[in-house]
Amino acid sequence: MVDIPYEGIRGIPPAEVPDVELYHPRSWWTRYVFSQDAKVIAIQYSLTATAIGLVALVLSWLMRLQLGFPGTFSFIDANQYLQFITMHGMIMVIYLLTALFLGGFGNYLIPLMVGARDMVFPYVNMLSYWVYLLAVLVLASTFFVPGGPTGAGWTLYPPQAILSGTPGQDWGIILMMASLILFIIGFTMGGLNYVVTVLQARTRGMTLMRLPLTVWGIFTATVMALLAFPALFVASVMLLLDRLLGTSFFMPSLVEMGTLSKYGGGSPLLFQHLFWFFGHPEVYIVALPAFGIVSDLISTHARKNIFGYRMMVWAIVAIGALSFIVWAHHMYVSGMFPQFGYFFATTTLIIAIPTAIKVYNWVLTLWRGDIHLTVPMLFALGFIITFVNGGLTGLFLGNVVVDVPLSDTMFVVAHFHMVMGVAPIMVVLGAIYHWYPKVTGRMLNNALGKFHFWVTFLGAYLIFFPMHYLGLLGVPRRYFELGDATFIPSSAHSLNAFISVVALTVGFSQMVFLFNLAWSFFKGEASGGNPWRATTLEWQTPETPPGHGNWGKELPVVYRWAYDYSVPGAAEDFIPQNQPPRATQLAQGAAS
Amino acid sequence: MAVALILLLVAIGSVLFHIYSPWWWTPIATNWAYIDHTINITFWITGFVFVAVIAFMAYCVFRFHHREGRRADYNPENKRLEWWLSVGTGVGVAAMLAPGLVVWHQFVTVPADASEVEVMGQQWQWSFRLPGKDGQLGTSDVRNIASDNPMGLNRDDRHAQDDVVIENGDLHLQVGKPVKVLLRSVDVLHDFYVPEFRAKMDMVPGMVTYFWIKPIRTGTFDVLCAELCGAAHYQMRAKVIVDEEREYHAWLEQQKTFAELSPAKAVVKATYQSGGK
Repeated sequence: MVDIPYEGIRGIPPAEVPDVELYHPRSWWTRYVFSQDAKVIAIQYSLTATAIGLVALVLSWLMRLQLGFPGTFSFIDANQYLQFITMHGMIMVIYLLTALFLGGFGNYLIPLMVGARDMVFPYVNMLSYWVYLLAVLVLASTFFVPGGPTGAGWTLYPPQAILSGTPGQDWGIILMMASLILFIIGFTMGGLNYVVTVLQARTRGMTLMRLPLTVWGIFTATVMALLAFPALFVASVMLLLDRLLGTSFFMPSLVEMGTLSKYGGGSPLLFQHLFWFFGHPEVYIVALPAFGIVSDLISTHARKNIFGYRMMVWAIVAIGALSFIVWAHHMYVSGMFPQFGYFFATTTLIIAIPTAIKVYNWVLTLWRGDIHLTVPMLFALGFIITFVNGGLTGLFLGNVVVDVPLSDTMFVVAHFHMVMGVAPIMVVLGAIYHWYPKVTGRMLNNALGKFHFWVTFLGAYLIFFPMHYLGLLGVPRRYFELGDATFIPSSAHSLNAFISVVALTVGFSQMVFLFNLAWSFFKGEASGGNPWRATTLEWQTPETPPGHGNWGKELPVVYRWAYDYSVPGAAEDFIPQNQPPRATQLAQGAAS
Repeated sequence: MAVALILLLVAIGSVLFHIYSPWWWTPIATNWAYIDHTINITFWITGFVFVAVIAFMAYCVFRFHHREGRRADYNPENKRLEWWLSVGTGVGVAAMLAPGLVVWHQFVTVPADASEVEVMGQQWQWSFRLPGKDGQLGTSDVRNIASDNPMGLNRDDRHAQDDVVIENGDLHLQVGKPVKVLLRSVDVLHDFYVPEFRAKMDMVPGMVTYFWIKPIRTGTFDVLCAELCGAAHYQMRAKVIVDEEREYHAWLEQQKTFAELSPAKAVVKATYQSGGK
């Protein structure tokens, strides 16, 4: 699809946004703290998400110490182990990945990539961050309340989540619910902003089918999140009512620690349906921004247009839509009506088709490219491998009868870490190496970056690939100790120890990355405005880092799609989206 | 060059690990070898795709990495190629889904001659119940639970009186006989999980769930809980022993019925409820 130059806009002056429409900070506080500038909010989101993510990283070390060397560390008991897995999972999925992709990358990139001065509702956008921060603080506070954080598992299944046999039943579970409710309120404010900005604030010439795939990914994920989070919201409120007021939404008649409880008449499966109606789209809320971003990384660093752009857009939309009718594949062995299995297995495996198309198009973009093995490109390659691996094991778990022996085993743990842990994190890291020069005006150190990539990629693969086979063997998940089980050979314990050692190594290598981020901020090589020679608008800003309002006096006008790399006859191997057709012809003339 | 080689080695190493790793599924003890076959089909198809994609990618990195003067092709779309890849993927998906759904149909269709056995989960132990001489399990309710009636059986139900109740013991099954395993919980979610059986299902308070199996070999197997059920989840263990017919009946002879386990109170209560008549 060679895009036809946008003839209609020739001779029309670029749109100007009057100054009054933009909120201007008047003090240090309103510039850097209570800022309404999406770029500052993006950095606030990213730093907060990274900080709480580091807590989750440390929790994973503690879990791996226990799993690899059971009985060695007396400071970890069974209750704490459950608290660690719960907080690790919840933080990583929601407070790190969701917040980072949408609040971080979404805020930074959407206005710049669509050619807007800012989000359309800057004040609500600011509020979104502060409510998110409050949610994180409430979550973190559970480490210090009596009884500690909840140990119900990140899925928070009732009845056990609110009964006394589970750690954190006093305060932990209540604050967890409160934190989730706050998170969703904060996200909704941000999410509405992202959607309206993409739909309403695109600059002239930026048609929907000229948007970079990054924007498509974040936009679709945000729409999904706005539809999916309400299910978690009501589930959280109902569970909170069950816990605090003694309602029985999810609580049947049951015995709690030997005595008949006051509950009766509720359905535990109802919670699971609500949770996974949110929870499955959530997987794609994390994955779709990663899909979009990695498409742009691959295209830019292979100096080649993304292969099959239209198919890529439709695949994103199709995956987003399909992901709302597959949720019960998390519940094949939950005891739900067994005949549902046919439907959900079929829809789940159908999702494999648009997902596979995306994979094919990424690798086909590499074909006859001019592949620069920069650090962002390496992370993109690492993403493809881990995502293909994790996506293919999803075909095991999605196929209802195959899921029966594998569910609740380490196979599931390995699968979802590979597909929605390692793979999106690969994209996050690649994206940081890619856009750090735009955010700071300096390059990250390349040697440290390559070291960081190889340790992280190979290490993560060594952690999670063999783990599938523990699950195939039958090793259950969420076990403090495996204890005596005749079917588990001693070699499985050795493998667990090996995985733990690698996990600690990969964890510590992230410190190299953090050092690189800090060191390069002051000492990194100056990047200039467009170090990767990329086409998309964020690289064409008059200042780097972009100033308040992003663009100078005039908004850019878009004349072409986002992927004009190596256009035959053009002088350069990239043509920015805002370069008018006449300038290209002139450049071609000069080249010939 | 190095990067392409490492990528290729990741793919080859994964395949070699799959072939040579000592960690593989446990020797099966039930009729659900169909599930294992379906997993094998899935391994073949996904393994092929995995190696093909990575190898292609490694080749691209090897062949098209940046050199001075190289310029990428300009190749936005290829409708025909994309179409064929989609169709091919669809065929691969169907080849995994179809056998999966056929086996799922078998999984949820309990044979008419299956006998029933009940497994009850509570924090953090297992109890078992067999139907007794009348071949029918009596009704139960969590509100009936008392120290002398830990499974909450209904004393007024005559089918319950002869039920064989196994507290803190192991469950025995007879080899070659299909059995429908009814699953019940009195407190939180549990999951009756025997790796060698392949089948598993959550146990949900307020519901009775089930799966069915036909044991095909004798032996002693670990029972684990596979659904997080609180602090001592990892310690919730029992054993299932699959016996030949003679051993099975010898074991069954020694078990106590519900009436035998709590006779006195049952009589008092029955008397009370019938108004002394």
